[in-house]
Amino acid sequence: MPAPAMIRIEALSKRFDAFEVLKSVSLDVAAGEKLVICGPSGSGKSTLIRCINGLEDHQGGRIEVDGTPLGRDRAARARVRGLVGMVFQQFNLFPHLTVLENLMLGPVRARGLSRTAARDLAMRYLERVRIPEQAGKYPRHLSGGQQQRVAIARSLCMEPKIMLFDEPTSALDPEMISEVLDVMAELAGTGMTMIVVTHEMGFARRIADRMVFMDHGEIVEVAPPERFFTAPESARCRDFLDRILNH
Amino acid sequence: MRLAVLFGAVLALAGCSASWGWYVVDPSTAKGAQNLGFLLSGLGMTIRLSATAILISVTVGLLVALPGLSAHRGLRAASRAYVETVRAVPILVLILWVYYGLPQLSGLTISVFWAGVIALALSDSAFQAEIFRAGIQSIARGQYEAAYSVSLGYRDTMRYVILPQAIRRILPALGNQLVYMLKMSSLVSVIGMQELTRKANELVVSEYRPLEIYTVLVLEYLVLILIVSAGVRWLERRLAVDERQ
Repeated sequence: MPAPAMIRIEALSKRFDAFEVLKSVSLDVAAGEKLVICGPSGSGKSTLIRCINGLEDHQGGRIEVDGTPLGRDRAARARVRGLVGMVFQQFNLFPHLTVLENLMLGPVRARGLSRTAARDLAMRYLERVRIPEQAGKYPRHLSGGQQQRVAIARSLCMEPKIMLFDEPTSALDPEMISEVLDVMAELAGTGMTMIVVTHEMGFARRIADRMVFMDHGEIVEVAPPERFFTAPESARCRDFLDRILNH
Repeated sequence: MRLAVLFGAVLALAGCSASWGWYVVDPSTAKGAQNLGFLLSGLGMTIRLSATAILISVTVGLLVALPGLSAHRGLRAASRAYVETVRAVPILVLILWVYYGLPQLSGLTISVFWAGVIALALSDSAFQAEIFRAGIQSIARGQYEAAYSVSLGYRDTMRYVILPQAIRRILPALGNQLVYMLKMSSLVSVIGMQELTRKANELVVSEYRPLEIYTVLVLEYLVLILIVSAGVRWLERRLAVDERQ
């Protein structure tokens, strides 16, 4: 018996004015599944995952997260937002707060935890991303890789069921990419449902249950990594892989 | 060059004892000390008036700016209308209107102090609203998105994420407004407020030494504002540390 779908996306469409960013995209993600989405820039992959936590609204189709449909209903949106953590390309840490305060803000203000409980929670996740010693520093004192790990810990402090990663290593210097990917791989091992938009194909091969290739607002190909990398079915996907693997 | 000549002329005049009569505020004489004390006695009122007005205008300004940034068209229009209307009224006119006009309209008697505070605060709030709007708009969208993703509501997002950063950025402009407020408080002298300028006017009427008395008045504002400016710069330095990348 297959695992129940954590995320159901049916015929999702979205446009910015005249430009159709997503054209009837359908996708199911099982609980605990790791999905890696790749595709050329402008293909709609970021927009797709931003729709899943309600950062973008959609014009057509349906998104259901853990049984809750995402629509105009405020309570439903709030519930989905609480289930889904998001890591951004530019980290988006709060620059005026220390690392610890960055992590505690959501748990204290949104989840209603006491400051002591939030602090314990924050320290636990800082240890998981291996930077507990940076707790008292401001984001600007941290390297890019450290900042992104803080951002991951900040999301985890909300104890989400699903984690979305929007090109989490694209803004990093090359030598810092692996420290972030290692943390993500470790998280993948805990059974978290993850959707990762990335061009790090080695990482994708390592953790993905399924690969998704998008182009021009459509899902062109979905396949397990071994087949995806060795025998992609569509010409567009083959071209894309050729370009990014053999540059 | 021309400025230097002018400056030199003023200095020359100052050296010429025939045209200057500093005795009027000479603290070593009983009369002079009394006059000086009289001039300085307006200081507390100027400070109280300006401080009360700026506190109110910052609050009103923020409350006007926030709906101006809303997605709701009606709220934006209301905010815009407030700013445009209030900004168009000269402060002196507003002071006269609030003191002489508003009591007739409302049936309430308004003290000189509160008439001054209301007029100054109202007038300044339109500018504060624009400053806040600029500050809030300067915060990157990613900050809102990050706040959204950790489930913060509008109120918490503003209070803990956006405003603390926006206020740091607009601090120089807020300092400007504070200085402006201190200077504009002199206009409240026209309705009889016993602040620095009013005291000077009254002393001039009894002593007939406008040059010396108004020079003291200039120095009073100068010192007051230099102190305030230094305070704002200190605050800026203290807060700016957190954001430097």
